[in-house]
Amino acid sequence: MNVLTRSPASPSREASEETRDTLGVTAPSAASRRFARPHLDVLESEAIHIIREVAAEFERPVLLFSGGKDSAVMLHLARKAFWPATIPFPVLHVDTGHNFPEVLEFRDRTVQQLGLRLIVASVEEYIASGKLRERPDGTRNPLQTVPLLDAIAAHRFDAVLGGGRRDEEKARAKERIFSLRDEFGQWDPRRQRPELWNLYNGRHRPGEHVRVFPLSNWTELDVWEYIDRERIELPSIYFAHERDVFVRNGMLLAVGLWGGPRDGEVVERKKVRYRTVGDGSCTGAVESTASTVAEVIAEIAASRITERGATRADDRLSEAAMEDRKREGYF
Amino acid sequence: MSSIDTAAVNTLDRDVDLLRFATAGSVDDGKSTLVGRLLHDSKSVLADTLEAVRRASRDRGSEELELALLTDGLRAEREQGITIDVAYRYFTTPRRKFILADTPGHVQYTRNMVTGASTAQLVVLLVDARKGVVEQTRRHLAVAALLGVRHLVLAVNKMDLVDFDEQVFTRIAEDFARAAEALGIRDHTVIPVSALRGDNVVDASANMPWYQGPTLLEHLETVEVEGDPAEQPMRFPVQYVIRAPEYRGYAGQLASGLLRVGDEVVVAPTGLRTRIAGIDTFDGPLTEAAAPKSITIRLTDELDVGRGDLLVPVHAQPRVVRELDATVCQLAETPLRAGQRVLIKHTTRTVKAIVDEITHRLDVTTLQLQRPCEELALNDIGGVRLRVAAPLAVDDYATDRLTGSFLLIDEQDGATLAGGLVGDPLAAARS
Repeated sequence: MNVLTRSPASPSREASEETRDTLGVTAPSAASRRFARPHLDVLESEAIHIIREVAAEFERPVLLFSGGKDSAVMLHLARKAFWPATIPFPVLHVDTGHNFPEVLEFRDRTVQQLGLRLIVASVEEYIASGKLRERPDGTRNPLQTVPLLDAIAAHRFDAVLGGGRRDEEKARAKERIFSLRDEFGQWDPRRQRPELWNLYNGRHRPGEHVRVFPLSNWTELDVWEYIDRERIELPSIYFAHERDVFVRNGMLLAVGLWGGPRDGEVVERKKVRYRTVGDGSCTGAVESTASTVAEVIAEIAASRITERGATRADDRLSEAAMEDRKREGYF
Repeated sequence: MSSIDTAAVNTLDRDVDLLRFATAGSVDDGKSTLVGRLLHDSKSVLADTLEAVRRASRDRGSEELELALLTDGLRAEREQGITIDVAYRYFTTPRRKFILADTPGHVQYTRNMVTGASTAQLVVLLVDARKGVVEQTRRHLAVAALLGVRHLVLAVNKMDLVDFDEQVFTRIAEDFARAAEALGIRDHTVIPVSALRGDNVVDASANMPWYQGPTLLEHLETVEVEGDPAEQPMRFPVQYVIRAPEYRGYAGQLASGLLRVGDEVVVAPTGLRTRIAGIDTFDGPLTEAAAPKSITIRLTDELDVGRGDLLVPVHAQPRVVRELDATVCQLAETPLRAGQRVLIKHTTRTVKAIVDEITHRLDVTTLQLQRPCEELALNDIGGVRLRVAAPLAVDDYATDRLTGSFLLIDEQDGATLAGGLVGDPLAAARS
């Protein structure tokens, strides 16, 4: 009973020896000295605590999993939180239909390896059936809200775990870790519950649900350092590769089946990588030669442009674009 | 704005520790500007964010970069030029990683400051050099002391408007030291700054050669933080039972202290005794773990242990109570009254409770207790006697922040009504 075997799919075996965390000390003299607390250990323990609170207090949680790096970290933390048991909830992908094939392949393989149930809410199907209309600019990120809310209602999810971070955007800086949404999925920043100590209040009325953000206190650099430390696998598009791209609104967009290039937009082959993974029509690449996690970290640490600013057209719509989308029930 | 071109910090090759701090100030003390300056001068603001702020500053008819716009995130805040809610900021220097809870000074200041200070190890208070320590400063000080913050910094802002006068500064510093000492806070530091011009925020001021102390950022980077939860008696709230074939483990995050394999422990509130058979993590078994680590433990005996139970050492046990005296801060707009039925959420346990009595209201300016007291309104801090439907294992807030704190929750709509602290953390300061 004391012999615990790990799943062969675990990617973090080799990493754990060299980066032995210091909260789990082995020296007997530990009580007498001050505890060094590397920030990643503190952030990891906090996130695991939050994920376990969700499993303990909600009846039907779900974890948003797009195959992007933040959701890959979320899944890794969820594995750690419940090990040696399996993750006790399904994962949900709100699929815009504008996907990078590498990301979908990664999503499906990961879900299969961990034996999870994947639910897909498809923006494409909503457009095909006339429930949603394509926007003039071709961007589908804002269209994700309706399929997301419908999926939450159809499956009666009461907690939705997401990888959102407060450092991403200034409206998110005011978001709670447990964020109550009404039955229309709306976020009201002036009526948020105060959140004190590590006590999270997840009580809600029928029809309401709670969005939960265990990575709230992480920064982009923390996420990458954690990916490095834990050897978390990511889709290949996060690393430098050759790709046909064109420039629109100052962003490098991939040539693909969706919206581009238009007349006058010149296609070039460049060495690029992605800092975020979202809807292909509005997620831009950055020119990069970083082909390993360590090289990506070095690039991010030196970068003077925020993650969303570099690569998300949808946040440029207005000064309060994110606040407006969040109010309507976006992630 | 040369910061765009300067090299950023790479923390890859070192383990930096983490400091959680909060800021508070009165209206117009320039707190948003100070926080903006701290982020800007520590090179934590990235190029596109800075460009957006510059654009917004110009839209508002300002030639200078309005640093406050870096922190005012919501539309209403920018439109009204105020800060509504606690905002969290993140920055890293080669020495430390910082999580800053930026709390507004005017609207519902107590509610916001209590929230921000509840997780803070240090609080930075701000005053206007022309006004000095005012009533609001004393209230902020009292809230910080109440919430168990052991390290205080007073930034005396707008020194440029008093001609960088040393005597003005010294007078304020003495006032502040007296007020902090009276509340039992031993570590307090006063720094003369000009947030608008950047004096002594990150870079040392050329205008105040008489000041030999650290800049604000230097102080934040080097202050030795007391009250390490790992040095307190062990407290392990059971959060979740993990079941797998041939496996039953109790998952949770150590609230305080150290846990070792072989330790004899008491399961509170039932009082059963057992031993730690193993400490498991995904990365392998441990012989010992320290707060605040999330772990899963196994016990040598098969006991009825579940969520809400608290594992503690035999020789340092918490009180097991059905009635408790506590200090609460009312966070909801509807007042708290005697006779009210509520839920109390304490560690991982939620039980029904009745407010038997409201014993007093605390005047945070004078620290006097006002009696009798009928109700506690929004932002009031006061004493209550609670009766709970099932026993709770509690510590005084003054000795353990996590096993001494709780929330009062509305049973009907689930709203968070009040933040609670077991005991009377300011009793010593009053006597």
